[in-house]
Amino acid sequence: RVTGLGLGPSSGNLVVVVVQLELVTVRDALNQAMDEELERDERVFLLGEEVAQYDGAYKVSRGLWKKYGDKRIIDTPISEMGFAGIAVGAAMAGLRPICEFMTFNFSMQAIDQVINSAAKTYYMSAGLQPVPIVFRGPNGASAGVAAQHSQCFAAWYSHCPGLKVLSPWSAEDAKGLLKSAIRDDNPVVVLENELMYGVAFELSDEAQSKDFVIPIGKAKIERPGNHVTLVAHSRMVGFCLDAAAVLAKEGVECEVINLRTIRPLDTDTIEASIMKTNHLISVEGGWPQFGVGAEICARIMEGPAFNYLDAPAIRVTGVDIPMPYAKILEDNSVPQIKDIIFSVKKTLNM
Amino acid sequence: MVWCAFMFHLVDISKCDLHKLEEGPPLQAVLTREEGLQYYRTMQVMRRMELKADQLYKQKIIRGFCHLYDGQEACAVGIESGINRTDHLITAYRAHGYTLTRGGTVREIMAELTGRRGGIAKGKGGSMHMYAKHFYGGNGIVGAQVPLGAGVALACKYQGKNELCVCLYGDGAANQGQIFETYNMAALWKLPCIFICENNKYGMGTSVERAAASTDYYKRGDFIPGLRVDGMDILCVREATKFAAEHCRSGKGPILMELQTYRYHGHSMSDPGISYRTREEIQEVRSKSDPISLLKDRMISNNMASVEELKEIDVEVRKEIEDAAQFATTDPEPPLEDLCNHIFSNEPPMEVRGTNPWAKLKSIS
Repeated sequence: RVTGLGLGPSSGNLVVVVVQLELVTVRDALNQAMDEELERDERVFLLGEEVAQYDGAYKVSRGLWKKYGDKRIIDTPISEMGFAGIAVGAAMAGLRPICEFMTFNFSMQAIDQVINSAAKTYYMSAGLQPVPIVFRGPNGASAGVAAQHSQCFAAWYSHCPGLKVLSPWSAEDAKGLLKSAIRDDNPVVVLENELMYGVAFELSDEAQSKDFVIPIGKAKIERPGNHVTLVAHSRMVGFCLDAAAVLAKEGVECEVINLRTIRPLDTDTIEASIMKTNHLISVEGGWPQFGVGAEICARIMEGPAFNYLDAPAIRVTGVDIPMPYAKILEDNSVPQIKDIIFSVKKTLNM
Repeated sequence: MVWCAFMFHLVDISKCDLHKLEEGPPLQAVLTREEGLQYYRTMQVMRRMELKADQLYKQKIIRGFCHLYDGQEACAVGIESGINRTDHLITAYRAHGYTLTRGGTVREIMAELTGRRGGIAKGKGGSMHMYAKHFYGGNGIVGAQVPLGAGVALACKYQGKNELCVCLYGDGAANQGQIFETYNMAALWKLPCIFICENNKYGMGTSVERAAASTDYYKRGDFIPGLRVDGMDILCVREATKFAAEHCRSGKGPILMELQTYRYHGHSMSDPGISYRTREEIQEVRSKSDPISLLKDRMISNNMASVEELKEIDVEVRKEIEDAAQFATTDPEPPLEDLCNHIFSNEPPMEVRGTNPWAKLKSIS
């Protein structure tokens, strides 16, 4: 716990304000979110491979089976298409399932259930059949897991109407967004990041509350700045902040936007930022073609912020190749901080 | 003749083949006059509704996919008579009959086929996407409805209401991998799920012999007990369903039924249905095994109803279908304002991008 002092209202008196900040890892934040929502609503339950007795393949569901038992925390066989369909059916019949994919790479086995059974049903039934389900799990590149286990699915899922797609970065994001997702009456895909699970962040008092939720569809400005807008999601937000710190020493102030939600995209926040900075760079871990950055650029072209751009909007992305294994190759397959710095300087003609 | 309201007969029905079951459904069924008339009427409504859909499709008033159920009426009506309205049911795309038995009206079914605002899904779903209370469609992706059905069964067990889910699929779908994944989980977790394979001998244009290494669909559940049922005899279907429902409700877990049935139409309205089977075969089924004729003959030969009485029902049914068709062809199409509605449930109004950047469309829940 970190305790801080602050000055109270300027009425002439010194008021000591004790701010309690808790250091919480993203993993624990996700765990807390699920624990609180399981406690709050008995219709909520978790299913997936190793989520119960193993405490979760990545320990995200640690302790939940012990606390809630077999009925609410269900270990499934290795049958993604089957158990994703079962989860969707349970949601149709009144429960609120959290369906974990051990990684989103395995969701490809089940993607028909996510799209055709979950996302489209409320529309096809003209509002008769809601599907209150959460699909969650780690997404994107990890470390040394090679091509079949490293794909980013943000673009694929965000393509589809009827789905909401979230991509938390910090512990606060993880907790608030997952709670919102569970409370949402619609299919929500929560793209976590395995490399972020162990990273600790300060969690404010507010964020520690059992009713703390982050609204879906609203981006957060993590760092204000005047010279260039950096838009990112998930792990890349941290990279942008690191790049911004380096650039600040050279007098370049980056505004870093943490998307938090990929679908629906918070275009308003991005546009307002561009109208201030006149420069846009989107940063993502996924592949460039038809990616998150491509959509952002297209929207900016079509909207009022276009006229405020002093340079073409550009994208920093993962390299357009299947993920290699060797460390030197893998490191050079995803954006590095130096790539972001380089792109900022090119955009600003430095 | 004076008809006694409580008249009933004990009718002999055929034995079911059993898999991993010591005993099967009873070999006799009780049929009351009231039940018989009700089954007859419902099957006749179903038959005429499908034939009317055939007509409307040929007039191009119904578009896209249209998979007709005529010939299989005893399955839908028999199953419904073996479960409670509070139980749950899900099927694939040949779903008009089930939409009816699960509470949809002929009017709203037909208006959905013609894509009108009075359709059961306001014209947004069409033939394959009709829904009603405790009826989860109407599903277009072959086999996907099976895990969904097991999920509904999981919810039934979780919520402790002693309800079950009937989960239907065809002989073609029976070869889908996700069905075997579902068998495994349903058995492992003892889900109250009746899996029903409607074997109408053809998956689109492929006969069962050409699609399946084993055509004993009732055995495909392996560790799940199964029964093979004459799907053209509504009483067989009913008794088998009651038997299966009892199995589920007693906590024994899932059970599998194969209904041997037949569809008169091709796979869909774009399939004439005679390139992979002979007209003679179709005619033979029609003359010897038609489910409505079988029930009719049974009732008449047991003096449970007269020919005239049943003819009167036919006339009433024809009128009901005509009225529904009239509604379905005159009801207006959905308003354009409805285009972007129903994306999300319980959501404040939002904007949806139209075909071009200046088209900002409104969407409400």
